[in-house]
Order: sequence, then C-alpha cells, then structure tokens
Amino acid sequence: MRNLLPILTVLAAIAAIWYLAVAPMNIRTALDQAERAGQAVEPEGALARQEVSSFRLLAQNPEIIPMAYALDRPRLPTPVQVGEELWKTTGEMALRGRAMSKRSLIYHGWITLQSTLWGFALGTALGILGAVAIVYSRVVDMSLMPWAIISQTVPIVALAPMIIVLSSQVGIEGRGVPKAIISAYLCYFPVLVGMVKGLRSPGPSQLDLLKTYSANGLQVFLKLRLPASVPYLFTSLKVGIAAALVGTIVGELPTGAISGLGARILIGDQFGTPLAIWAALFAAAILAGVLVTVLDLLQRVTLKRMGMQT
Amino acid sequence: MSPDEARRRRAYGYVFQAVGLYPWRTIARNVGLPLEIMGFSREEQESRVKNVLQLVDLEGFGGKYPWQLSGGMQQRASIARALAFDADILLMDEPFGALDEIVRDHLNEQLLALWARTGKTIGFVTHSIPEAVYLSTRIVVMSPRPGRITDVIENPLSAERPLDIRDTPEFLEIAHRVREGLRAGHAYDD
Repeated sequence: MRNLLPILTVLAAIAAIWYLAVAPMNIRTALDQAERAGQAVEPEGALARQEVSSFRLLAQNPEIIPMAYALDRPRLPTPVQVGEELWKTTGEMALRGRAMSKRSLIYHGWITLQSTLWGFALGTALGILGAVAIVYSRVVDMSLMPWAIISQTVPIVALAPMIIVLSSQVGIEGRGVPKAIISAYLCYFPVLVGMVKGLRSPGPSQLDLLKTYSANGLQVFLKLRLPASVPYLFTSLKVGIAAALVGTIVGELPTGAISGLGARILIGDQFGTPLAIWAALFAAAILAGVLVTVLDLLQRVTLKRMGMQT
Repeated sequence: MSPDEARRRRAYGYVFQAVGLYPWRTIARNVGLPLEIMGFSREEQESRVKNVLQLVDLEGFGGKYPWQLSGGMQQRASIARALAFDADILLMDEPFGALDEIVRDHLNEQLLALWARTGKTIGFVTHSIPEAVYLSTRIVVMSPRPGRITDVIENPLSAERPLDIRDTPEFLEIAHRVREGLRAGHAYDD
C-alpha cells in the first residue's frame, strides 16, 4: 500500500478545506437561530446581516462559530454530520431490521443499483456489438462513429424526460426500463471507444502471421482480436459502470421518481434538508467506488489467468 | 505455384523479425496456434507441439508465458511455431536481427542443427554478411531500391560448420564476394 500516504494526504486536505468552509457557509443560519434564542449578535436583524460579508460576521461573532458546526439543518454539514446521517439511514436501520424501509438509503441504493446494472449490461452489449461492426465494416465506421460522438454531446438531462415519456407511450410500465436505457446511453460510449481501440490493437505482424496460416475471419477475431481487446475492455468497463450509475441517478432526478438515490437527492432539495442530499451523494459515491473496485478485481483475476503481466 | 496459392496451401512457415508471440497464450499454446487454426486433432496438436519444442530446445517451457522467457528463447519458440505444421519451406525474415551477438551465434548454430535434422528448405533474410555465409548453401545478394538480384553465390562450405569456421580464408573469401555484390547494388543508389 505505497499509495496510502498520498491518498490520505489528499483526503486530509479535503477534510480541512471542508471544515474551514462550514463556518462561513452556516454563520448566517447560526446567527438567526442565536438571535431568536435571545443571544446578543452583531449586527442585529437578519436583514441588516445581509449587507455584511460572511467573513465579517465570523469576526464580529466569534462566540457563535461553534453553533455553525452543530446546526440541525446546516447549509453545509460537516463530514461528521454527513457520516452520522449516512449511518442513521443505512447501518442503524439495517441493525433494526429496517434495511428495506422507504427511508433507508440501502433500499434506495438497491433501486439505483438494479437500474445501473441493467443499463450497464445493455450499454456494454451495445458498445461491444457496435465496436465489432465498426472494426469490420468501413461503412459502419464512417456512418456510426460520428453519431456515437454526437450522442454524447446531447445533455442527458434534456434527453431523460423524453425517454421516460416515450417509453410510457409505448406501454412500458414503471421506471426501471427507461432508467436502464438512460444509463445505457451514457455507458455504451466508453465501451464502444475502448473496444474499437482494443480490437484494432493487434499489430500488422500479428495479423500477417494469421494470414500465412490462411486463417479465416472468425478465427482472426476469436484467436487474436478478441483476446487482444480484453485489457482495453476492462478499462472501459470501469469508466462505463461509473457512467451507468450517473445515468441512473440523472434518470431519477427530473422524472418524478420517488425511489432511488437520485430521487432522494431531489426530495432533499425540495424539503430543504441538505443533510439528506449529502448522505445520498455519499451513498452514490460509495456505490460507484464499490462497483469500480469489483471490476478492478475482476480485471486483475482475468488478466492473471490470461497470463498477462499486470 | 503462385505465392497466394502457396499461402492457401499452407506450404510455408514464417518467422518474423518481431517475435509476435501472443502474450495471453503459453508457449505451448502459441506453438499450437497454427495447428488449432488448421484443424489438427487435439492429440496431434499435443504431440507436434512437444516435438517441435524439443527441436528448438525448449522442452519444459511449454507452460510458461512469453514474458517469462528471454528474447532468444522467444525467437526459438516462434521458430517452433513455424515448424509445428511441418510446411515444406521455412521463411525467416531477419529473425535474429534484434538479438545480441552471442545469443545470435548460439541460435545460428542451433538453426544449422535444426536444418540438419529436418532437411527443410529455409529462406533466410539477413543484413549480416557473416550470418549469410555461415548459414547458407546458396546466397542471393540483393540491391536496395530497386530490389534486384545482383549476385547468386553457391556456398561451398561443408555442412559441418563449427563457429570458428568464420575465421578461415575460405569463409572470408565468400564473405568478400557477398560484400562486392552488395557494393555493386549500392553503386547506383547515390
């Protein structure tokens, strides 16, 4: 673990910046509360304080600063508060046997994970098929590739509601399928690009060798192009699954979904509970980390079994 | 027979300058690659792979991956791969070009031994005059751009060739003739 130290250093720096930012972000709310509780603050009145910068408020009311770190509904919660909220909605609920309750992030994470995996499977399949078509057909290469690139320039947030509307129009019930489509839409592209690169990675001498054996096209594909593309495939799968998760969460945002991490983020926004947003964000980040790690392990095992140096 | 026909009839084995072993296959599976493609039975594949690995002195290395072998051993494995399907002709395109002098000498000796054992016709391309004289029965000297044959030299050296034959006057004389042929080829180049 020689990269542990750099990772911890960056983590510590982020935590430090975060803690420093909490005070100026929350000082106004803290002052409002303190004033309502009868404490003397400077200047008096929320309206008067709006004219003053956060940093001056901090300087004028040093005794209120600790309150900024302990608000119920902070504008910017501290990492510890986020951790507590995350624990309250995951581990603690699981301990009480309510892991699948509608208020549990485990439940919402599970909903999101399902769509992500479906979208990932769909996107990966499309990406690989597209890559094979592109490598083997010049016509497809010229015609499909530009569209694949253009598809990624369309903002997914604009596209998501249309996909939901269209899929309900053709009679698909529920949000699972449209969410998976949105997620596949983001996920197929890295897989496509990586696989095209991987399938084209064998050098001319490796291809010439098979030509001297007068191998047919299928043999060239199975014995050379496909195995040569495996390292590239895994690299793009790791990008792809993260994109699939983002796609699912975006698919849950503007569509009136009530379950899923994206829905939790939206609901947290509507009800003015930043803590819920932060907890859902962290849950999503942890989920992404787990998924990428799983793929990374899979990559190591596969490449090791294939005898490739890693 | 046209070159294309020869290719389709799998009449020649080819050894490239770049070794081109597939990194995801073991040495044995690399050597067996042409056999797989040509549809040999599994037992036939195994016995042939075993035979040719023995021919190039690599028995016991079949289970290793290419990156676990030295450059010279990798090149021997690629020779074994070209020998595996027992084509009549072996074509070698500067196979030892990227190896150091000592390894190269060693592989030259081994190639001669291999040639003696199999009796195959070998077409060998090289930039090295000593290598050409040491390995050949007939030397075709070619000029660069345009690639024309400038001289064809019958090599009178006996089949029995220790490495120090390269210091004999006989050897040096042939080498001299090859050099002359190369010079003649270069004359209208500059």
